[in-house]
Amino acid sequence: MKCPEREDDFASRRKRLNSLSDEELHAHFWSLVEKIVEPLIEEARTHTTPSIERSVLLRMGFSSPEASALVGAIEQHGLLGHGAGRLVLELSRNKGISVGEAGSALLAGRYWEDLPL
Amino acid sequence: MKLDPEQKLDVEEVLKDLHQYRPKRKGWSWRQKIENQQIGPFVYKNSSANLKRSVPLAAAHYFGNIDPQCDMVITTEVASGRFEDDLRRMRMAAWHGADHIMVIRTTGQSHIDGLIEGTPEGVGGIPISRKQIRATRKALDAIEDEVGRPINFHSYVSGLAGPDIAVLFAEEGVNGAHQDPQYNVLYRDVNMHRSFVDAAEAKRVLADAGILQLDGAHNANATAKEAWKVTPELFVQHAINCACSRAAGMPEELIALSTVPPTAPPAPKLRLDLPYAVALRELFAGYRFRAQQNTRYMEADTMEVSVTHVLDTLISRLTTTDIQSTITPDEGRNIPWHYNNVAGVNTARQTLMGIDGLTEQLALKDDGPLRQQARELKERAVLFLEEILENGGYYAAVAAGQFVDQGFFPERKGDGIVRDPDSGDGAGTVIARAPDYGAPVCSHFGNNSYDQGAGRHCDSYGGCTLCDPAKIQYIDELDADDNVTKRLQRTLAERNEGLLRPEVEKHGDNIVCVTLFVPESPRVAEAAALQMATHMGLQDPKVINRRVMHPAEGSVFEIKGALDVAIAIDQLTMPQHIEALADAEIEDWVRPRDIHLVAATVGEDEHSVGLHEILDIKHGGIEKYGFHCHDLGTSVPVAQLLDVAEQTGARAVLISTIVTHAEVHRQHMRHLHELATERGLREHLLLVAGGTQVTDDLARECGLDAGFGRGTTGQDVASFIVRRLRQAE
Repeated sequence: MKCPEREDDFASRRKRLNSLSDEELHAHFWSLVEKIVEPLIEEARTHTTPSIERSVLLRMGFSSPEASALVGAIEQHGLLGHGAGRLVLELSRNKGISVGEAGSALLAGRYWEDLPL
Repeated sequence: MKLDPEQKLDVEEVLKDLHQYRPKRKGWSWRQKIENQQIGPFVYKNSSANLKRSVPLAAAHYFGNIDPQCDMVITTEVASGRFEDDLRRMRMAAWHGADHIMVIRTTGQSHIDGLIEGTPEGVGGIPISRKQIRATRKALDAIEDEVGRPINFHSYVSGLAGPDIAVLFAEEGVNGAHQDPQYNVLYRDVNMHRSFVDAAEAKRVLADAGILQLDGAHNANATAKEAWKVTPELFVQHAINCACSRAAGMPEELIALSTVPPTAPPAPKLRLDLPYAVALRELFAGYRFRAQQNTRYMEADTMEVSVTHVLDTLISRLTTTDIQSTITPDEGRNIPWHYNNVAGVNTARQTLMGIDGLTEQLALKDDGPLRQQARELKERAVLFLEEILENGGYYAAVAAGQFVDQGFFPERKGDGIVRDPDSGDGAGTVIARAPDYGAPVCSHFGNNSYDQGAGRHCDSYGGCTLCDPAKIQYIDELDADDNVTKRLQRTLAERNEGLLRPEVEKHGDNIVCVTLFVPESPRVAEAAALQMATHMGLQDPKVINRRVMHPAEGSVFEIKGALDVAIAIDQLTMPQHIEALADAEIEDWVRPRDIHLVAATVGEDEHSVGLHEILDIKHGGIEKYGFHCHDLGTSVPVAQLLDVAEQTGARAVLISTIVTHAEVHRQHMRHLHELATERGLREHLLLVAGGTQVTDDLARECGLDAGFGRGTTGQDVASFIVRRLRQAE
């Protein structure tokens, strides 16, 4: 569905806005914006992406190549929805190893069966 | 690292020990506005603290070399592709008043799904990597100490690696960033779900780091055929990004709208652009405004561009603006040259100081066309928003082509940008968070199982990199060939040998620009101009600007080309620089001796300012040392000067000669010498000439004792006279 061509019918469309004061118009503008943005933010609140997960691992002290490789592997295992950072942290707790060691082990193909799901 | 104003920035020093460098400070810095600040002879209304070191505007020497700084942050954009060259450009810009350095990214970085490491060379910008960011921040930390003002470092958080880059920026002390998911969607064809989900995380990270965010709405101006017709949509784009940012936890004061006055002359610019600027500031009260200068209607003529930018800057002052962004005047013809970054900054600096306090004297009208048009634009924007909802929301509206249509909404041309919500780069990579989803780090947005716990999410493993920077993993280089060390081996070799090449962008790039006028019809003139450039020894000459003066009488051309010449510094012959004597030394010698001087502007020449500056006590001239000066005025015949010299027993004759038509200044100098010799006065009379086109060599060639050019002070002239007369005793 593509927006078709249309003549400038501003004069007739604006009639219902005519009675609004500037303040009311501004309030109307922002209430429409909030309605538009609300589902976008809700999606962000409840979803994640490889780049978000990489950024979490970066913050946990992994290098960018390590973060990319780990997120790629976790994605392949279909586990990214649990959070890459959570999987690595909980694995490190369960095994009594550091976060870095947990990440390295996963990259070496170990402990995947031990991930806390 | 500390910079010496007399020394070049040492890139090798910048690169040393980078693995352990931490930025001095984080977050954005505004200028501190000072009301009614006395600077030199003036009281400024819209100024901020003076710089410790700077290069003032060219005319500043008339006003005691003052360099008042406006209250807005001034931006320059840097994009050479080699960060090591950009650093010198940043330093030069900072000395001219830039305190917001925006580093453009290399072409295509938006589509790289992850971080770049090392220092590969870029195209049209630099590949943003940790090493480049850290080295640049380190250099800027030193530059801000040199100029005495915080410098904001800025780049882009867009594309497929937004959250990664946001974390990088927060860790490395980047102060400002573009972040706007709509830019990804409309201009980079990144999948829209991915863009908005990533954006929320990136914005949260930026917000917590105090990084100022700019949006991407101005790009709609730059892509529209008739840029003033997309203004209703610009309100919508600004608003969507503002609302997303707020929802992600960003406070209003860190959200800046990137706005551009949409038109340029010969369009009736202010009549169209002012109502838009006013409406924007009313609808978005509380947010910050970054006013960009117009790029949409830039041609190759740098003077024309600069005039448009002056008008843009006037609009900034007439409304309200927190950041005045500058565009280099040559952006319409090539990748910006470094000295044009300085030119762009100076356009803003000169304009803003020139219109200081303007709004105390002028106000925008509260009625009439300004108000009517502002209201109309807001209403059109509201209708645009209503149609987004009618279309089924943002994603559906983009899919329907509602954005960047060339029509003046609600008019539609049916040529909007269409994007499919299920395609684009990164499509299918957005994943639902499981109920146990967790992210044990600070500055995370959205559902997070660690939110239930107490304390920081990162406490259990000793803190994330945002809390403990020691955890940051620094990678030096990944490519053994494409890196800064390899590039420097080539460029520094010549510098270390003491060789100099001309440059405009990168170290020793050989590029020069010549201006020449050819008195013929445009096509013939252009062919001739190129051939002339070849005769000058320029390789690969290209016309970068042409202006027809008259279809038959001729055209003027600016031609760039490569001048493959390396000059050895140690073989240069330079005019000798003579130190002036101290004021007290001059006066102690002159005052007891009753020395008479005769002075005038000679020939048919009514210029008197230069001579007054040398003579008059109130201009700091040589009268103050106790010389008896006989100023005969302007247009004085040489013979008359000698008459008075004889009558008063003068020891020196000072002539000023400004007019140089047909080499008349040389004639006057020769004539003075010859006539003095003829009359037998020459042996005991010092003859000195001054003027804008006079040099010491030229004056001596004409038989005089000394010549003084531009920039000479009374102290210089007095020092010469005293030294010579002292010798004679």
